[in-house]
Amino acid sequence: MIIGGPALTKYNDRSLKDLTTAPASAPSSPGALVHIKTLTASSSSTLSFVNGASSVVLDNTYPIYRFEFINMHPANDTQEFQFNMSADSGSNYNVTKTTTYFRTYHNEADSSATLLYRTGNDLAQSTNFQMLADGVGNGNDECCSGTLHLFNPSDTTFTKYFTSRISAYENNNGIRDNYCAGYGNTTSAVDAIQFKFGSGNIDAGTIKLYGIKDA
Amino acid sequence: MTLPADKLITINDRGARSATAFGSLEASGGNMVFIKKLTASSSATLSFVDGASSVVLDSTYKEYLFTFKNIHNATDDKLLQMNMSVDSGSNYNVTKTTTFFHAYNAEDGSEGTFQYDANRDIAQDTGFATITQGVNADNDQSVNGTLHLFNPSSTTFVKHFISRIAHTAGGYGRDSYAAGYGNTTSAVDAIQFKFDSGDIESGDICLYGIL
Repeated sequence: MIIGGPALTKYNDRSLKDLTTAPASAPSSPGALVHIKTLTASSSSTLSFVNGASSVVLDNTYPIYRFEFINMHPANDTQEFQFNMSADSGSNYNVTKTTTYFRTYHNEADSSATLLYRTGNDLAQSTNFQMLADGVGNGNDECCSGTLHLFNPSDTTFTKYFTSRISAYENNNGIRDNYCAGYGNTTSAVDAIQFKFGSGNIDAGTIKLYGIKDA
Repeated sequence: MTLPADKLITINDRGARSATAFGSLEASGGNMVFIKKLTASSSATLSFVDGASSVVLDSTYKEYLFTFKNIHNATDDKLLQMNMSVDSGSNYNVTKTTTFFHAYNAEDGSEGTFQYDANRDIAQDTGFATITQGVNADNDQSVNGTLHLFNPSSTTFVKHFISRIAHTAGGYGRDSYAAGYGNTTSAVDAIQFKFDSGDIESGDICLYGIL
């Protein structure tokens, strides 16, 4: 089709770059992993994902949610990266949890390499924050990164299961590969999740929330 | 923002094809593709068979991901298990060698530990591979996790899988890890899940392809 001169419009990358809505005729997102929200720390005491606030979706829209932690850097040295759940839209982060925690360790000096269950890092029917990584260093290049999956948080029949794996550069210069799993022992819907370090701020880092489609 | 009708812009295929950036349009997450959801309802088994009921389990993807959501068994202390088929589900009997370990912690905090469980692995066995420790059937207890199956359609290599599943049993939180391989160079084209006895009372298993 040839368009007459006066009506001809040339569209460049910027035209498309400014789009915020896909055409109605376009298929819905073909991927099953849907980005929901990115929070970036800047000397933040906590980072919280609350359903219905700031475009966060954490309800029955998706059966499984995935959090990605990218270069979480503590302000203080030797910190525990932690999380908790809320059943009241973030008013309280205090869901009762029973969890397991083990990790591998290998230092840069190659003098120590271990695989240990950490009884001090798990929880038994506790409302405290759950440790996801321990001993995270605050050197300029030190941080932790990994993922956490939360299963069906909006369910009102079953407890709320999660699994996480986080690789951390520890304060004594080595790698810790941290595995944590457990359940929020509640049949109330969990509608908010909060992350923080044990003490001091999250100096920097990014947490991304994704939903995993089941249709 | 909604544009007035006289400001609407139609971009033809050529315009779209030439674009190299798409602003704030959502990244599609297109490297993980939903294929099929099976929902249990007092089901003896849940099976994914390539070519049946819209299931794709062939060379389309090099990696497949199964997710388990709130899988609930009918009776206490049952093991969730899986097997593979090379004949479109006529027989689930691929020879497998597997490993199994799990972490667990009692709700009273008395037994936090982990261990390899030699009773849960198999060695060159055509039986079902166990992917959880015993699961109880309390109303609020269920099985949640993932299983990755790598390149099932290969006719050169064995068929590796890895799984990680969080669940509950008798007042214990458990984190079960299984891995292994189907020791066959035939293409695996079907997977079946079940408890070692009793039905899968409820829950979903979803299948995804990873591009």
